[in-house]
Amino acid sequence: MRHHIEGVVDTLGHKHAREYIGGVLMLLIGIGAAVKGGSYSIGTLSRMGPGFFPVSLGVIVALIGAVLLVGARLAPPESPKEVPPPELRGWLCIVLGVIAFGIIGRYGGLIPATFAIVFISALGERENTIKNALALAVLMVVFCLVVFAWALKIQFPVFSWA
Amino acid sequence: MIGQSIHDLWYGFGVALQPHNLMWSFFGVLIGNLIGVLPGMGALTAISMLLPLTYTLQPVPAILMLAGIFYGSQYGGAIGAILLNMPSHPPHAVTCLDGYPLTKQGKGGAALGITMIASFFAASVGIIVMVFASPALVAVAFEFGPSEMFSIMLLGLLAGATMARGSPVKGIAMTALGLLIGMVGTDVNSGAERFTFGFVELSDRVELVALAMGLFGVGDFLLSVNRMHFISSIGTKVRLRDMRPNKAELKQAFMPMVRGTLVGTLFGAMPGTGPTITTFIAYAFERRISKTPERFGHGAIEGVASPEAASHSKTQVDFIPTMSIGIPGDAVMALLLGALIIQGIQPGPQLISEHPDLFWGLIASFWVGNILLVILNVPMIGIWVKLLSVPFRYMYPCALFFIAIGVYSTNNALFDVYEVLFFGIGGAILLALDFPVAPILLGYVLGPLVEENFRRSLLLSQGDMTVFVSRPISATFIGICVLLLTAQVWFGIRAAARKRSAAADLLPLQTAAAE
Repeated sequence: MRHHIEGVVDTLGHKHAREYIGGVLMLLIGIGAAVKGGSYSIGTLSRMGPGFFPVSLGVIVALIGAVLLVGARLAPPESPKEVPPPELRGWLCIVLGVIAFGIIGRYGGLIPATFAIVFISALGERENTIKNALALAVLMVVFCLVVFAWALKIQFPVFSWA
Repeated sequence: MIGQSIHDLWYGFGVALQPHNLMWSFFGVLIGNLIGVLPGMGALTAISMLLPLTYTLQPVPAILMLAGIFYGSQYGGAIGAILLNMPSHPPHAVTCLDGYPLTKQGKGGAALGITMIASFFAASVGIIVMVFASPALVAVAFEFGPSEMFSIMLLGLLAGATMARGSPVKGIAMTALGLLIGMVGTDVNSGAERFTFGFVELSDRVELVALAMGLFGVGDFLLSVNRMHFISSIGTKVRLRDMRPNKAELKQAFMPMVRGTLVGTLFGAMPGTGPTITTFIAYAFERRISKTPERFGHGAIEGVASPEAASHSKTQVDFIPTMSIGIPGDAVMALLLGALIIQGIQPGPQLISEHPDLFWGLIASFWVGNILLVILNVPMIGIWVKLLSVPFRYMYPCALFFIAIGVYSTNNALFDVYEVLFFGIGGAILLALDFPVAPILLGYVLGPLVEENFRRSLLLSQGDMTVFVSRPISATFIGICVLLLTAQVWFGIRAAARKRSAAADLLPLQTAAAE
């Protein structure tokens, strides 16, 4: 009985779950590319249209997705591997930091954008305190002013209050 | 022909030693060395971060600098591996096995000295091979028509996908995905917009820098955040005097160095074999033939000399197919090729004759750069050791900023910043699902060339697919492709069968234990 339960855990276990997700992902990407590629003209072998290559590649990716799914199904049960939990805080801060650079860069200019990306993304690491992150961000702003704005003369307004 | 090569090489030194070129070459090896030392940053991250800088440069200094970053980062990687047991990037993981025990025995300096000698020796051999093999390869490549070009690119892509680490099936999926990403933009033949989803910015292809920095920068940081914990250094002080290995150590390391160089040269000539697998094979080979294999893992100097030599000779030999026929063997080479294309230089067999200053200057700069590295590393070793203790938590926010500003400066557009984020998240998800991401870059760079040559061959043959197997050179490449795939399927089935029978053997035991 115990063994049976263990088997269930195994198929849902991380290793196989990853194989399944990977297979499904490839299947979706492949089908998507093939369908979208099919909307361009395909042409014939001797006169290929712009759709020929994308459709072929889409089919290949989808087929590999199917192979991965079958492989995950057939694979013998394995003891579930320790997989660390997803790093929500780190992901959130890095993604937000980059987005902030884009938005603040558009409306505020280079200096606030630099401050934002360094400060926000630094908070993703648990060991970084607000004070640490602030210091790091200020340092980078100074560096950015000297190197990118002053020395390299980058095409990016330093401040733009619009 | 040998006389001609030496003459050309002489000319190359003239190019490489021009003050302007020398300066950028020095800058490249310095930055490469520095980034190679930093934990969690490899050659790919370094090259993609500095790629935007090359837009303002002439082609020769640009490529000299990028190449310098590449081999400079390998010197840096060895330092972390030997002194702190920290493989900054995977190819050096094997160097830790014996390098770190040597440090614990107080011989870390000597190990570093041996590494430098081995690296320089191996690089020199690799360069000599390149000097003579490239013109020969070019002579063959001039016979290539579109069908030959397609077949050899197919071989390169398949080898890159299946011989790297991880599952070959997943590697092929990533190569195909890379080819698809390479299709994004305006189709040159029909003018049709493909996969642009209404973004005007995408009609001029996906930005190379955005893709590379997304996959190898942002993607990596997303996976490493809160997971990279610094191992405190054990007060390693390396003085200049310690770095001179004694006679016995030199003698012990000499043959492994030669053998490692041979392994690296051989693997460099094979497209698609990554640097990691090369160093591991060099190490395993050395242990196999050693009279005292039990010393390995406890500070055998052979275990440091051989893999480091292998990685350096492979690095140089890698440049041969990239520069002489325009087919990159791995992701780093794909990136360099992309940089050449941005500079308006069409890679291919005509490159050496059309841009001799670039090709021979690059070769000569390898030597100059390697000498610079040796000189640089002797006094700087103390600084590198300090750098190793820069925690990841301070490093990645700064690196993210460099990525954002670097990708912005390629087109002066914030759209590219979002592009980098998109590929970063995508890359992190794929990495978490055990997909190798390096083949994506290879596929992306080769994509348009593959499609163009495929279309052209079938246009010439009027839709007859047998054109790829009826011409002898093309047929040979296709034959190797088939062989490669068959071998992979065969090994795959055998491994699965063995795993299953092992699992079947275990099952009754587990059931018995459970009851």
